Amino acid sequence: MALTGVDIFKLLPKTNCKKCGFPTCLAFAMKLAQRQASLDLCPDVSEEAKQKLGEASAPPVRPVTFGAGDKAIKMGEETVLFRHDKRFVNPCVFALEIKDTLSEADISNKVEEVLNSEIERVGQRLRIDAIALMNDSKDPVRFEAVAKAVATKAPEVPVVICTFNPQAAEAAVKLFADKKPIVYGVNSENVEAMSNIAKIYKATLGITTLGGGLDKLSDLTEKVKSLGVADMVIDSGARKAKEIIEHNTLIRRAAIRKNFKPLGYPIITFAQREDNLFETLIASVGVAKYSSIIVISSIEKWKNLALFTLRQNLYTDPQVPMQVEQKIYKFGEPKSDSPLLITTNFSLTYFIVSGEVENSKVPSYLAVMDCEGLSVLTAWAAGKFTAAKIAEFIKESGVENDIAHRELVIPGYVAILSGAIEDKLEGWKVIVGPREANGIPAFLRLRTA
Amino acid sequence: MAFIPPKEAYSGKVFAVSIGIAPAEVTFGGENVLPFHAFEGIAPNRPIIAYEIQDVSPADWPEIVQKPYKDISNDSVSWAKFCQDNLKAKTLALRLIGTHPDRENRSPEEAAKTVRDVLSAISIPLIILGSNHAEKDASVLVAAAEAAKDKNCIIGKAQEANYKTIVAAAMANNLKLIAMSELDINLSKQLNILITQMGFDKKRLITDPMSSALGYGLEYTYSVMERIRLAALMQNDVTMQPPMLGDIGMYVWKIKETQASETDVPQWGNVEERGITWEAVTATALLLAGAELLIMRHPKSVDAVEKMIEELT
Repeated sequence: MALTGVDIFKLLPKTNCKKCGFPTCLAFAMKLAQRQASLDLCPDVSEEAKQKLGEASAPPVRPVTFGAGDKAIKMGEETVLFRHDKRFVNPCVFALEIKDTLSEADISNKVEEVLNSEIERVGQRLRIDAIALMNDSKDPVRFEAVAKAVATKAPEVPVVICTFNPQAAEAAVKLFADKKPIVYGVNSENVEAMSNIAKIYKATLGITTLGGGLDKLSDLTEKVKSLGVADMVIDSGARKAKEIIEHNTLIRRAAIRKNFKPLGYPIITFAQREDNLFETLIASVGVAKYSSIIVISSIEKWKNLALFTLRQNLYTDPQVPMQVEQKIYKFGEPKSDSPLLITTNFSLTYFIVSGEVENSKVPSYLAVMDCEGLSVLTAWAAGKFTAAKIAEFIKESGVENDIAHRELVIPGYVAILSGAIEDKLEGWKVIVGPREANGIPAFLRLRTA
Repeated sequence: MAFIPPKEAYSGKVFAVSIGIAPAEVTFGGENVLPFHAFEGIAPNRPIIAYEIQDVSPADWPEIVQKPYKDISNDSVSWAKFCQDNLKAKTLALRLIGTHPDRENRSPEEAAKTVRDVLSAISIPLIILGSNHAEKDASVLVAAAEAAKDKNCIIGKAQEANYKTIVAAAMANNLKLIAMSELDINLSKQLNILITQMGFDKKRLITDPMSSALGYGLEYTYSVMERIRLAALMQNDVTMQPPMLGDIGMYVWKIKETQASETDVPQWGNVEERGITWEAVTATALLLAGAELLIMRHPKSVDAVEKMIEELT
């Protein structure tokens, strides 16, 4: 159980020296209890207190870094069960499975696909983050050869080395020394050997009980910890959707609500299925329900787009509106006589308005103005979507070079602005559009008919 | 340290709602746990998927989702029978989109005739939806409700602007009712209260907190649904205990991701698989958030989501 502020206070020097930046030891203790300060700030704390407090103040889901360099990924550190309570912290990792039984050409193609998987969506660069090497051949020599091919072709991409055989694990992990790979396949039989390998090569361990249940899994992580390895990811053996929800929910609850350390690690989920669409849905369950690494068997572009988008949706901060870039967006192939509409840059507003403009099949320009991610009415009420600002944006956007007319369609809800905009934008005519975006197609068709 | 599974004790329960006429009657809701958490409570009924059909031919649907209904979708009755007999639909949702003033602007009488024709052609339960034009829906849904009297259909959607007439019609004709508000738990709660204050039985309501497509505000629907379900189960808030609707197809099949060809956007891959996946992923996410009733369009998406429901229960 987490320590209270008073429990922590008892372990502090009680000198009120202020070196930590807080007025009293008690104030500092309260901040520690809320995980808003780090114990390092106290120069005089005893070793004993450090150990006790260190454990209690550690985040409920251990932070684990996977990979090194630019493509390193942070996992864990989650603090809630529901995204509306607070943002989900570290977006889950998608890892492409590469079996060591594949031909050299197939392996090369798969690695290439991972390297080319990056796309941009709403200003974020999204990609298949990792590769999971599978020792299906059971042959350490073959596994090493495949690991070598991957390490050479994609030296930056984080790798999960999946094998139950410590000999194969060591042969492969050598090739990724100092790159924080994950060695997955630690069970009760190989735990000593695997822990040794992890210590030598600074690897994270993937712990699995394959159907042994969450209590066996806890025993195993405790064992690994006692052998001196701190960084782990865990697999309860859940493969069916129902089990993934049950196990992942119990793991996350135990970690967050009970501060149960033996399960306070990122979860790895194996979502591979014969049916590719169904695999995408299993992976979706992992995205929504607390998996930190999701292993999939193929990465078609359509599949990636759907999974990236779901991850992006669920991992956005519910307190901070998503924003899109301020600029003039083009729909269809607008010409100099095509209509120009304006709206704000709240992503939902943008998506709905752009969807309807698209739907109208009328080539158009859409001016999206930065209003700090507020919707039209809110932005207007907050003084961010005003006649003066709209006029300034339209002038600076350069749209006057693209269009021959001088007509601006504004959202119906801010009809009140039309006169003021005409005053500020000389030579322009303001047209009041529909109040709701779903009126846009009829509106545009009528205007261009 | 021994592991004790931290199971949740819930104080509330979602109402079970049955629609249609036996033997084709279906029931959804009724669980006293979060979605697919049968390990800590009871979830007696599976979520139900309704196939969406229209009163006019689906010329406004993208090609990919028009294709499965080619040749039969120009007539609501043949379309309905095809879903029931060939696709083995458990439920149908008839959208009277042709009544919208910006569309064919069909009259309430025409809409009522379509409802009667479809009802006499099928045995599975029917959901009757307006065109989402608050004013027109008020008259269309009254006529449609009369046409569906005592058939244990769902009718909707009642919104803040038009709920009074629609609620009265649903009550008079003994139907279940969808109450829709826009992505806000408080608005949802308020509308459910207003409707029950008119004497409408809360156990005959379905809450629609408004759907959104993956990538187009899905996270809002997702979180509103999670919050509604938590209020129902943890705080035992009876106004939040009706089952929830995810009206998915109409949102998914109008966005760029389900329409843009691979030639236009090569980095998005095959458009057919993309569209089908988009609908199925959206549906799966909303099931996990708490939807018990889904309205969908593409048979392949429906099949995949049915398979997912099978594996989740």
